[in-house]
Amino acid sequence: MKSPAFEYMRAASIADAMAAFAEADGDAVYLSGGHSVVPSLALRLQAPALMVDLSEITTLSGISLEDGWLRIGAMTRHVQAITDPLINTYAPLFTAAAPYVAHPAIRNRGTLGGSLAHADPASEFPAVAVAIKAELEIASPTGVRRVPADDFFLDIYETAIAPGEILQAIYVPVPVAGQVIGFDEIARRRGDYAMVGAAVQAVITDGLADHVSIALFSVGDRPTRAVSSEAALNGRVIDKASIAAAQAALSDDLSPTDDPQFPAHMRVHLARVLLGRVLSNLKVVA
Amino acid sequence: MKTEITLTVNGEAVREAVAPRTSLADLLRDDLRLTGTHLGCEMGSCGACLVMLNGAPVHACLVLAVQASGHTVETVEGLNESGEIADLQQHFYERNALQCGFCTSGMMMSAQALLAANSAPTRDEIRDALSGNYCRCTGYEAIIDAISATAAQRNTNAGEAQ
Repeated sequence: MKSPAFEYMRAASIADAMAAFAEADGDAVYLSGGHSVVPSLALRLQAPALMVDLSEITTLSGISLEDGWLRIGAMTRHVQAITDPLINTYAPLFTAAAPYVAHPAIRNRGTLGGSLAHADPASEFPAVAVAIKAELEIASPTGVRRVPADDFFLDIYETAIAPGEILQAIYVPVPVAGQVIGFDEIARRRGDYAMVGAAVQAVITDGLADHVSIALFSVGDRPTRAVSSEAALNGRVIDKASIAAAQAALSDDLSPTDDPQFPAHMRVHLARVLLGRVLSNLKVVA
Repeated sequence: MKTEITLTVNGEAVREAVAPRTSLADLLRDDLRLTGTHLGCEMGSCGACLVMLNGAPVHACLVLAVQASGHTVETVEGLNESGEIADLQQHFYERNALQCGFCTSGMMMSAQALLAANSAPTRDEIRDALSGNYCRCTGYEAIIDAISATAAQRNTNAGEAQ
């Protein structure tokens, strides 16, 4: 289908974009890569009066190290998570997840910020942001604030970004010595939405795991921290026994609903299988 | 209200007035009559509408024409005229890697980008690169054969040139 008609403006700055949004009385949509917004228009899921294109705002681009954090501009394309050396080194879980995000041509346009702001509970990058304890920098007409990923995702397609606000950047704490990561998902076909996915980070010191962070996706209304599984691993060697304990603990962390394709028990089963695979293949990154 | 845009398409400067909702694919097909770019799903699933935007394949159905303003687009007509995909086209022809041809221009874009980034891809890597291109005729094997054969031939040619 074709999109409904709308007006278009290419914003030169964040202030410019927010002013246009306010002037449209909120009947507006921000555009970054457009790979969720544009199909939603073609499918007539929304019909804003105004589209505010953020893609040429220079302050939204760029990747840099700042005081122990990697700052990733919201307009960073998915493909840069694979090709950018700073992301490869300092946010390697984004690099590990990127090949699973849609298909190559989509990755050339889709943006990291757009994916996080869209907050599809089946998508990879939100879960990565939660697993690596990223902080999201949001601009509002009254100032700029940083929100931890754990507090950012509120519900399906719903985040801490209020109407009119703009996600500017993703801050990632740089890896510490002994850091390990793991990422995998189960999907029917490469590039399809995952039936279940897992992003894992931990620190191994003297053979023992600590700061274990497990974020599962496609298991509920937002990326879900598996805190009971994390507790089953913290302070222990990651081996067959502790992995089995983490898998068993998942039933305390997950309460997926039945849907026509997957009964809830099947999703929990797949999450267990997947978590076992990821924990058995953790990769040292620092 | 229409918006004035300027962009480069297949090496030529284009100036058009478009409604903001016009997709790049509709601009190419309806206004510029470059109908080699095909529209299947219009929602980024099928890959028939891929074109090169600033040298990288993108879905022309998911890029608005206004977003392409100031940028460079190459369609299958451009790649065909320049001759840079002549070997790929020949291998597709030899291996019967197309039947109805609807997906072929999109396949050309994905294949060309893959071979630019990876001169000797494995069959799995080719499959992965084509994961967003639907073909309902061939079952893909012949397409993978053709891309693989093109890679091998380009490598042989590059070796001989040295």
